[in-house]
Amino acid sequence: MPKTPGLVKGLGVTLKTMGKTMFPARGIKTLIPAPSKGAATVQYPHEKEAPASRSRGVIALKEENCTVCMLCARSCPDWCIYIEGHKDTAPPRRPGGKPRTVSKLDRFDIDYALCMYCGICVEVCPFDALFWSPEYEYSELRLADLLHDKERLGEWMETVPDFEPYEAGSEQKVRKVPR
Amino acid sequence: MTASALAIELAYWQQTTLRTLGVLVAVLLPAGTLVYVFLFKMMSFMQSRLGPMEAGPYGSMQLLAEVGKWIQKEDIVPWRADRKLFAMAPYIVVASVFLVLAGVPFGPDAWFTNLDVGIFYILAVSSISVLGILIAGWSSANKYSLLGGLRAAGQLIAYELPMVLAVVGVVIQAGTLNMQGIVAAQAEGEIFGNGLIGNPFIFTQCIGFFIFLVAMQAELTQTPFDMPIAESELVSGYMTEYSGMRFLLFFIAEFASAGAFAAVAATLFLGGWALPGVDLDANYMNVVGPIVVLVKIMFISFLVFWVRFTYPRFREDQLQQLAWKILIPLSLVNILATMALKVAF
Repeated sequence: MPKTPGLVKGLGVTLKTMGKTMFPARGIKTLIPAPSKGAATVQYPHEKEAPASRSRGVIALKEENCTVCMLCARSCPDWCIYIEGHKDTAPPRRPGGKPRTVSKLDRFDIDYALCMYCGICVEVCPFDALFWSPEYEYSELRLADLLHDKERLGEWMETVPDFEPYEAGSEQKVRKVPR
Repeated sequence: MTASALAIELAYWQQTTLRTLGVLVAVLLPAGTLVYVFLFKMMSFMQSRLGPMEAGPYGSMQLLAEVGKWIQKEDIVPWRADRKLFAMAPYIVVASVFLVLAGVPFGPDAWFTNLDVGIFYILAVSSISVLGILIAGWSSANKYSLLGGLRAAGQLIAYELPMVLAVVGVVIQAGTLNMQGIVAAQAEGEIFGNGLIGNPFIFTQCIGFFIFLVAMQAELTQTPFDMPIAESELVSGYMTEYSGMRFLLFFIAEFASAGAFAAVAATLFLGGWALPGVDLDANYMNVVGPIVVLVKIMFISFLVFWVRFTYPRFREDQLQQLAWKILIPLSLVNILATMALKVAF
């Protein structure tokens, strides 16, 4: 039996894919063309595909955890994070103690027109204030509107999925998403 | 329509008007059908996706939307371009398609011109498009356009030869250059004394048919032979600087010429407008004939686009080798064999 030439095989592959796309059903329904079922793609605005839980859609901010340490802003390759804060006094933890100094966040903006989704800010945050969320529908009509403030970033905290458990035998404790 | 209505004798000017309208329909209808059925849908299905779905049911109005978009676009001419030639080039390419289709018969009386040297005329005017492409590449004042135009010229000239030689076999067997004569020869022919389906030359000239298909693929610059456009190397070849209406003309010409060449191949090898067992002079064939030709056009275009969506691009030297070292010797052998058999039987 001589080998089938690759050129012929290639024609077979494309024809077979076309058949599978047009007639995905098995059995008696095979002859009814149903390309919308056979296609591997999704007609986006009409039907939505759930993104993978760890996909990098948007960066969410847990405002209470932020200490205005500026590590994220300084490590950002695009300089697209804008942070302003001020020192404030908080009542002492124990009665009779000294009032504490805390940093309050005034402004935390991420310019998504600049952001390149590298995730260094999420990695570098030592206080569990920044998280990846798979949310992706936040396009705007004007470029300047892509600068999202801390309220908007806070809203995305709800969409942050739980961390996946590590593989069996790992010493590491599973991190929790502060909600 | 009834048979009596079809038997009306038309005045010369009425026939001329009908034929002028007919050639417009014959160019634009197959072009639009090919774009929708093959470029939009078949290609998508072969890649496991749906293609355009928004404009009209199953995206069937997509082409109208795109034509509307192209017409609205700004007509940009590069600063250094040769304006007159730049404007002229797409019209030359489109005109060549019209001229090719003018020689193809669609029925006993449904023809645009019925020349004694029909197929010779078709092969001659089909190479006019090379001029248009070369002019487009030269006048754009763009190195990519120029390279694309020169590549197109080299390729189209190289593949003109096997195409002509493949047709010679058919002409020898039919004994005429006239397209109607070739159709009649196939319809009245016999296979081993059996005249049931006539003798479409695809059976006796299968090598010629194969060579014609390959050469046609190259003449149409469809994918395995798309070096003139080669978007990964030459941006868009000779079309790089074209936009709006003029780009649209190139686009129409690409698919209309696919339809035109498919019609020529259908006439030469698949029996043209004739149906087996049907009187060749019957009046109703003027209506049925175009439909028969359209079905055959769709079949041959299916082969062309199937190959287009399957194979990657050749290298330039492989392209020339295929033409000069394989196709031309093969077609010469084919001619010799046809000659010998024609004399023997």
